[in-house]
Amino acid sequence: MAERAVAQGEVGLAASIKGRKRKSWWRSDMVLAILVLSPSIIAVAVFIYSFIAWTFYISTVKWNSQVPDYTFVGLTNWVRLLGDNRFHIDLRNLVYYAIGFMSQCIIFGFIIAALLDQKIKGEALFRTIIIFPFAVSGIVTGVAWRWLMQPTTGINILFAKIGLESFQPLWNSHPKYGMWAVSIAAAWQMTGYVMALYLAGLRGIPHELREAAAIDGAGALATYRYIIIPLLMPVTFTAIVLTGMNSIRVFDLVSAMSGSGPAFATDTLAFNMFQSTFGAYRYSLGAAIGSFMIILSAFLVIPYLFSMRGEVER
Amino acid sequence: MTLQRLWTRGAIYLVLIAFAAYYMIPFYVMIITGLKPYEDVNVTRMWELPRGIYLEGIIEAWQRVSPNFINSVIITVPAALISSLIGSINGYIFAKWRFRGADTLFILFLVGMFLPYQGILIPLVLTLQKVGLYGSMGGLIMVHCIFGIPITALLFRSYYAGIPNELLDAARIDGCGFFGIFRWILLPLSLPAFAVVLLWQFTTIWNDFLIGLIVLSSPRLAPINVAVQNIAGSFSVEWNVQMSAALIAAAPTIIVYLALGKLFMRGLLAGSLKG
Repeated sequence: MAERAVAQGEVGLAASIKGRKRKSWWRSDMVLAILVLSPSIIAVAVFIYSFIAWTFYISTVKWNSQVPDYTFVGLTNWVRLLGDNRFHIDLRNLVYYAIGFMSQCIIFGFIIAALLDQKIKGEALFRTIIIFPFAVSGIVTGVAWRWLMQPTTGINILFAKIGLESFQPLWNSHPKYGMWAVSIAAAWQMTGYVMALYLAGLRGIPHELREAAAIDGAGALATYRYIIIPLLMPVTFTAIVLTGMNSIRVFDLVSAMSGSGPAFATDTLAFNMFQSTFGAYRYSLGAAIGSFMIILSAFLVIPYLFSMRGEVER
Repeated sequence: MTLQRLWTRGAIYLVLIAFAAYYMIPFYVMIITGLKPYEDVNVTRMWELPRGIYLEGIIEAWQRVSPNFINSVIITVPAALISSLIGSINGYIFAKWRFRGADTLFILFLVGMFLPYQGILIPLVLTLQKVGLYGSMGGLIMVHCIFGIPITALLFRSYYAGIPNELLDAARIDGCGFFGIFRWILLPLSLPAFAVVLLWQFTTIWNDFLIGLIVLSSPRLAPINVAVQNIAGSFSVEWNVQMSAALIAAAPTIIVYLALGKLFMRGLLAGSLKG
């Protein structure tokens, strides 16, 4: 009896209910399920998909003042955006930020996870401390790091104390490389997240594999190089997508640390979009920036969700 | 061999302690600065411990941000509760009532979890203005609930997928329908999932800055993170007050994290579609 139930369970709910009467019951309940889900479907369709389409549409009209103007102008806003100096700086900053932020998160996250996987005493405490920053907001992070990165105080005082009086970086106030400093604060916040992903991945690697490698005479480094790191590729892929997505939309941290900074050194697409739209009322230009951000993210989201399809369709 | 092993172990602990110290530094600086009196907050003494515990920074910060702290409570608690309820029923449907196209629909939901909000902000404002919800806390709660649909559905779906179908079959034979199964079988088993989702939504909504900034135009209604940003942006406010305000903004999520860290971790992993 139990065995039969298990077999039926695998086929699913519908197949296990026999008889015409029950089947029609099943059908009406299925309709009910779709009905209950439909407000959420509508909400997602309206607030996500139709809004994206709407944003793209606004980017093709002439609405660049406080008065809505839906005169179609084609790609005029896009052409203007692509030739805009501030936009070029934003793209440069995106590259700086993405490289700095993603590499810190992934390298430190992996190293800490690998170390914590060595049967460490107090592992839970270390884990708690390292994920801790992820519990606070981007604004709080920004306020703290702004104080730490003041050129005349903060970290620079520590540098001076250890004899580095001549090494006093401007951090996020640097007119060209300010974005690297922002990436340090951002990575401080998110490395724990990446570490947690790697730790879960490491715990999923069967012990036999490591033992087999040890028997074959592989040292610790070789085991990591040839067995563990390749096995963790899916985790690395996830980490790249999540940190990449964060790089595209960084806003809170920049707002709290320095705004767009000197010569737009810490300006980002998100901050530019916000200022253009809600500060300068250039709605169509803002919509073009927002649309551009959606397109950039799609390059990360679509392959990611595609790769997760198997996992989702359990 | 054992000596070498001892060295390696020592080095591992040393590196871990160094990392832990690094991740604590900003908290250390926030706390010591927040506890200093106004005249001691200067650039040369930044790393020094306060001479005693001075609460003037905290008190002034609290006077400035307490209305916003309350706003955040009013926004976050109902939004987290409602979006968890929506998530549980959606997760139930996606896990157990797999109609044709359900999986594709689910993936279309998930896309919403990842896209940058800048791509939808303008229509969001226009729509909220049209329906009269712009600038109201009710409107902001609704927006948080809608943007929470993907992640909450994901978390509940993976949880409910682990509940055996035989249990549901048995309930059906006993005459339970769509709602009966949910009410009598799944809901009583959902406590752990609710804890994870509530915690996740609470943290996300509490820490939100962008949506609160856009939807609530009036500073009087602004949530805590917007208020902290306003304080930090005005140069007349001293650092000890700024740090205190940041600590006040961070306190609820820090407390929740320390009390329920394990659940937080589970949400973290599931939120990346792993776990």
